Amino acid sequence: MIANYGYKDGSGEYFISVDTEKCTGCGDCVEACLYGVFEVVENPLDPLSDDQVVVVTEAERKKIKYTCGPCKPVSDRPPLPCMAACLEDAISHSW
Amino acid sequence: MAEDTTSKEYWRWTESNWHDPDMDWREGDIVSAGVDVGSVSSQAVIMVDGKLYAYSNMRTGSDSPKSAENAMDWALEGTGMALDDIHYVVGTGYGRVNVPFAKRAITEIACHARGANFMYGPTIKTVLDMGGQDCKAIRVDQKGKVVSFLMNDKCAAGTGRGMEVFADLLGVHITKVGEMSLQVDEEPPMVSSTCVVFAKSEASALLREGWPKEKVLAAYCLAMAHRVVGLLERLGIEEDFAITGGIAKNIGVVSRIEKELEIKALTPSLDTQIAGAIGGALFARALLQKERKKK
Ligand code: SF4
Ligand code: SF4
Repeated sequence: MIANYGYKDGSGEYFISVDTEKCTGCGDCVEACLYGVFEVVENPLDPLSDDQVVVVTEAERKKIKYTCGPCKPVSDRPPLPCMAACLEDAISHSW
Repeated sequence: MAEDTTSKEYWRWTESNWHDPDMDWREGDIVSAGVDVGSVSSQAVIMVDGKLYAYSNMRTGSDSPKSAENAMDWALEGTGMALDDIHYVVGTGYGRVNVPFAKRAITEIACHARGANFMYGPTIKTVLDMGGQDCKAIRVDQKGKVVSFLMNDKCAAGTGRGMEVFADLLGVHITKVGEMSLQVDEEPPMVSSTCVVFAKSEASALLREGWPKEKVLAAYCLAMAHRVVGLLERLGIEEDFAITGGIAKNIGVVSRIEKELEIKALTPSLDTQIAGAIGGALFARALLQKERKKK
């Protein structure tokens, strides 16, 4: 399942996508992100399974454009810490 | 039908409750329920062995636990059933953690997917839920499991609440907004924003300019449709397609979404506002079955 967290506004689309099929809930991205964007929970979209997956915290969903700003300089963007940490390639950013 | 729709409260939509008089719930094995407490409306759905038995749909009050109780009481009305007769209750919606008698809270996205699968059958692949204060696009598989979803978490515009404010501003009853917005010879230019705050002043300005109400409503419905189509396109649409939530009852918005997508939405056979609570009741049953198996 692809879970898209974020929003679209006048300036663009800001979504972090998590592929829950790939995510093992290991929590490496939670550690890697300095701004507390992620948390590991029981898969909220599949209540009948007990799988642990990562989600974007409710508070961050409304402001990720700004929260992720420091990781995304306009020129020479380094690899994003969250994506680099994920060995399963489960995270992507739309911007 | 409990509400008087002739009142001057233009935003006030019709609350309702229903139960199946031909079904004897006492013969059922599992009685399950879902309670969806949204920001604008609350619903309770009671199911007997996975079949729809009773429901209610009413306005959310200022207090979520009380709204959940009211919705449940109203669904139970006339059934001879008491809250204790229900084996498992799931809470969903914005106020899901505030349903005092629920055993478990489940996100509305999972519940809407499951509920839409029940309402429209296994061919449903894309669900657009246009609720009181947000809007979600969900792709589901033939079992009603979420495949992907996208919701606009930031802005509450273009939602049921926005429509209520708008109905009030123009003095047009909310159930008439859709029809009235179609009474224009041609589509007006799109208003620049669907934000409740801006749309209000923009609409007032258009009225002062001499636009008839129909045209202002058309412009607003058009802007709202355009906005959610953007959301759907980002997710990707596959037929069958259906719209749930209160705005699904607004033909002015629905027909404009269909036109822009060049896809028809399935015609609902049940009240589109109870999809989430239906999903909750179905999950409640499945969770109880899972519990029983473990023992
Ligand atoms: S690092 Fe990757 S696999 Fe681990 S929790 Fe984060 S997204 Fe999931
Ligand atoms: S881009 Fe930076 S701030 Fe944003 S989620 Fe990844 S690590 Fe966290």
